[in-house]
Amino acid sequence: MIVGFLSVCALLSVLVTVGILAVLLEEAVHFFAAVPIWDFLTGTTWAPGGGSGAAGDYGVLPLLSGSLMIAAGALLVGLPLGLATAIYLSEYARPRVRAVVKPTLEVLAGVPTVVVGFFALNFITPTLLRPLFGEDRVFIFNAAAGAVAVGLMVIPLIASISEDAMRAVPQSLREAAFGMGASKRVVSLRVVVPAALSGIAASVIVGLSRAVGETMAVTIAAGNTPRLTTDFFASIQTLTAYIAQTVSGEAAAGTVRYQSLFAVGITLFAITLTMNLVSIRLVRRFRQAYQ
Amino acid sequence: MTASTAGTPPAALRRGSSRSSLGLLLDAVYSGALFLGTFLGVMALGLLLWTIYDRGWDRLATDPGAFLTNFVSRFPARAGIKAALYGSLWLMGLTAAFSFPVGVGAAIYLEEFAPKNRLTNFVEANISNLAGVPSVVFGILGLGIFVRLMGMGPSLLAGGLTLAVMSLPVIIITCRESLRAVPDSIRLAAYALGATKWQAVRHHVLPAAMPGTLTGAILSLSRAVGETAPLLVIGAAVAIFKTPDDVSDPFSALPVLIFNWTGRPQPAFAEAAAAASIVLLAMLLAMNAVAIFLRNRYTTRW
Repeated sequence: MIVGFLSVCALLSVLVTVGILAVLLEEAVHFFAAVPIWDFLTGTTWAPGGGSGAAGDYGVLPLLSGSLMIAAGALLVGLPLGLATAIYLSEYARPRVRAVVKPTLEVLAGVPTVVVGFFALNFITPTLLRPLFGEDRVFIFNAAAGAVAVGLMVIPLIASISEDAMRAVPQSLREAAFGMGASKRVVSLRVVVPAALSGIAASVIVGLSRAVGETMAVTIAAGNTPRLTTDFFASIQTLTAYIAQTVSGEAAAGTVRYQSLFAVGITLFAITLTMNLVSIRLVRRFRQAYQ
Repeated sequence: MTASTAGTPPAALRRGSSRSSLGLLLDAVYSGALFLGTFLGVMALGLLLWTIYDRGWDRLATDPGAFLTNFVSRFPARAGIKAALYGSLWLMGLTAAFSFPVGVGAAIYLEEFAPKNRLTNFVEANISNLAGVPSVVFGILGLGIFVRLMGMGPSLLAGGLTLAVMSLPVIIITCRESLRAVPDSIRLAAYALGATKWQAVRHHVLPAAMPGTLTGAILSLSRAVGETAPLLVIGAAVAIFKTPDDVSDPFSALPVLIFNWTGRPQPAFAEAAAAASIVLLAMLLAMNAVAIFLRNRYTTRW
């Protein structure tokens, strides 16, 4: 009886996934009846109509490129810093330093995203980017500020997953290299990092998935202008920001605009699901290798 | 470890590139860069906290009573966070009440009872995947199922359930890790005294795993309380002028209010947003402190 109840708890988690898919698909089907899926996937203009009917352009590429810009920029910030932190903590830091840096990073990971967005809008853009790159070059809402903010959130993720992978590398490998006269730098770069590579790769993919799914910092700091651009100092819109903006604007149920929410949602779900599946594979691989 | 810190390496080793003067220079540059990279991440957190403090402290400290007990207002000087604060506290309670029993139950089943078969594998893979689903997608789930299909509307109940569903995967994963850390000798000792499997779990394994489980649950709860996107999607409001009486009431929440104030053009609202952020961060830090205390105080090393 009790075991039955417990198994229901476990099966509930499957129900959640089914629920997500059902909700997304149900409305997305209506959306794709109004907007051909090919137009959605290849269209280069995202200009949802306000009222009912299919008035408006629903090409997802501008939103997709916005999300990818944020993810790429976040990785540009988060990967070097996260990886440096991981190597430092795993190979160099004394236990005392570790005991300070690890909890600090946990706090950074726990800062609500809306607060990070506030920081991006009120510090990263006006105090960092604008003086550095010029007032008239950097818009108030810009992709770079969103990317840096998301990059900061990604640092603890990359650092902790990579560090776990590096610590799983057996000490005997390091000692063998030291025995050959290698320096700490050579050992960490030529022995530890390659041995932990699948874990590091997993951390990068988890970071990317997090960056693509991040909503608030991007909505606040990167703007709400869907456009295809490579200019990091211009205002853009991501998949997630479109969802946040549209629900705040109360699009009426039944309109194509409302249904577009679910089409964008399913796009987002598909992207993050793919990345998660890959990263789970990779993590399993480094666990198997050294245990 | 010792090789790199020992004084002068033997001549044979010095010929290797890693001991050349270029190598030594690279060693120094490399370790300096690692330290700098680590320091930058820590500094970013410092800058963030300082910015929030700098912008919001005056607003909060001038009249903390009024800020905490006033409702929102068109006039930034009169605006307060009462409804949002109550909303967040209600959400915290509801989320914990829904996610904790189900999460622990699922973890016990998967770790102690589940047969090793394809269904179990599928459930496990499914949970790992759910842990990586963006929070805004959970908001869409809440909108479709709780708000519309079940007719709850944008109520506290819908908000609590949405956040609970979002926290569930992390709670299951951390609880399973704590259960796994309980050595088999505990289970075997209970069986030897005639306990059934459930009795062994209920009276011995679960209590031993509780500190770790609670720590994980509190951390994931603090994550949920700081969430904005799912609440925005299910329709959390800002203009609420009463505290909730029961779970069917519409609600506001601190992160939603901070988002709304951040988006307004008047600088005074930015200050109010920073002040509300200080309150939110204080709440979350308090929760984290409790979690860390539990971890340090009660965790047993086997």
